[in-house]
Amino acid sequence: MPAEVIKALDLSHSYNSAEVLSGITFSMKRGDYVGLVGPNGSGKSTLIKLILGLEPPSRGSVEVFGRGHKDLTDWNRIGYLPQKINFFNPHFPSTVREVAALGLISAKGPARTPGGKRAAVDHALELLNIADIGDRLIGDLSGGQQQRVFIARALVSGPELLILDEPATALDPETRDNFFSLLSELNKQKNVSIILVTHDIGSMGKFASKLMYLDKKIIFYGSFDEFCRSDTMTQIFGPSSQHIICHKHG
Amino acid sequence: MEIIDYLGYPFIQRALIAGCFIALACSMLGVLLVLRRLSLIGDGLSHVTFGSVALGLLLNVYPVYISLPVVMASSLGILRLAEKGRIYGDAAIGIVSSVGIAAGVMMASVSGGFNVDLFSYLFGNILSINNTEVFSTAVLSAVVLLTIYMYFDEIFSITFDEEFARASGINTRKINSILVLLTAITVVLTMKVVGIMLTSALLILPAATAFQIARGFRNAMILSSVVSVISVVSGIMVSFVLNLPTGASIVLLNFLIFVTAFFYRTCFRTGHSQGR
Repeated sequence: MPAEVIKALDLSHSYNSAEVLSGITFSMKRGDYVGLVGPNGSGKSTLIKLILGLEPPSRGSVEVFGRGHKDLTDWNRIGYLPQKINFFNPHFPSTVREVAALGLISAKGPARTPGGKRAAVDHALELLNIADIGDRLIGDLSGGQQQRVFIARALVSGPELLILDEPATALDPETRDNFFSLLSELNKQKNVSIILVTHDIGSMGKFASKLMYLDKKIIFYGSFDEFCRSDTMTQIFGPSSQHIICHKHG
Repeated sequence: MEIIDYLGYPFIQRALIAGCFIALACSMLGVLLVLRRLSLIGDGLSHVTFGSVALGLLLNVYPVYISLPVVMASSLGILRLAEKGRIYGDAAIGIVSSVGIAAGVMMASVSGGFNVDLFSYLFGNILSINNTEVFSTAVLSAVVLLTIYMYFDEIFSITFDEEFARASGINTRKINSILVLLTAITVVLTMKVVGIMLTSALLILPAATAFQIARGFRNAMILSSVVSVISVVSGIMVSFVLNLPTGASIVLLNFLIFVTAFFYRTCFRTGHSQGR
C-alpha cells in the first residue's frame, strides 16, 4: 500500500480558458489532517473536484491511494461531503436513513448486505447524534440537521480518506465543536486522512496537522506552526494577523 | 351487465394486461424523471414518436419498428445536447421535440395529409391492442422494470445527488444513458395506451401524486406504481362502460387521484414538505 493517500503533480485547471488552478504539486500521507484555506475563488473546491475526478485537469495528474481515477476501484475508501448549496433538492422524498445509506454505494463485503447496511447506517447516525430522526424526510429537517445527515453519509462507509468541503456551514456552535472533535478522534484513533475546506483559518490550528493556503496556486503547505512563523502569513493577512489567527491555536 | 362480465372480453383482458405493464414502467420512471427535473422529456420524446409514426405510415412499416430506434436515438441526443451543447436539459428537450413534430407534419403532408391511423396514435386506443402487441409490451416493460431493479442503488444515487454519485465511483454517464433509453422505450409503448398527446401525463401524474404522501424514496416508487395501475385499470373499465375515450379517461382519473392526494396533504399534513 502506498504511503501517499493523495499525490498531485503539476495539476492545473481552466474554466473557459481562464486558469483557476496552476501547477499544484503536493502529496498527502496517511493520517494527515489538512486544512485547505484560501479566499473566495481561490480554487479550493476545484482542487477537491480534481482530486475526486469530478473535473478533468487541463494539465498534470492526480493519484488517490496510488491509482489514477480510471484505475481506482476502492471508492468506498473515500468519504466526501460536497458544498451543500450545490446539490440539495429539499423536496426530495427521501428519509434520513436512505440518504445516509447512499454513502455505501461502493461498499464491498458485509456492508452491502441489508443487515450490514443497516448496522453501518445506525452507527453513522449515532456518531452524528441523529439516530432519533432516521425515518424523517430530509426536506423536513433544519439546515443543521440536514448537514449532519450529509456528514453521516460521508462517514458511513468508514472511509480512510475524508474530503469535506465547508462542513461546518449551518452547524450550531455546539454541534460544530462536537463535529470537529469527532474528526480529530477519527484522525488520531483510526488514522483517517482528512482534507477540510474552510474559511476559518484560526480554528484549523487546533485540529489540522497541516495547512494548505491556496490562491490559484499553492501559497503555503506545511504545519500550522510553520505557517504562523512564516512571512507568508503576514504577507497575506497583514502584520497584526499573527496575534489574531495564531492566538486561537491550541 | 356487471364489471366481472366485462373482464370476460378478450380485448378487455388484453388492454388490462398491457396497461398494467405500461403503468408500472411509467410510474417507476416518472418518479426518477420528475425528481431529476426531466418531467418534460416524456413530452419531447412523444413528439419525436409522432414524427417516427408518420414516417412508419409513410413507408408502410409497422410504426413501432421505426419509432423504437428513432426515439431511443433522440433520447441519447437530448442527453448529449444537454451535456455538450452549453444548454440546460429543458432547451435540449425543446429542440428535439420541435424537430420531431416538424418532421411528423412534413411527412403527413407528403403522404397526403393526416389519416385515421395517425390520429389513433395521437390519442391512443388500448382496446384495439392485439396479442402480439400485448406480448411485446409485456416483454419491453419487463426489460424496463428489471433494469431499474438491477441499477436501483445507482439510479437513486444519481437522482439524489449526481456529484456525490460520481465521487462514489458511479459511471453517471452510463446510468443517465440507461435512464433516457428506458424512457424512450416506455414512451413508445405508452402511445398505444393514452396516445402521443397524453404520454407525459402517465409519467408525471402518478409520481406527482406519490410525492404528496410518500414517506421515503422506495415508498414513493411503490405509491406511484399503485396510483398508476389503479388509474389505468379503472380508466380502461370506465371508458368501456361509459363509452368514453380510454386515454383521456386514464389521464383524468390520474388527475383526480392527484387532486385528492394534494388536498389530503395540504389539509391533514401541513408540516409535510413534499410536492411544493
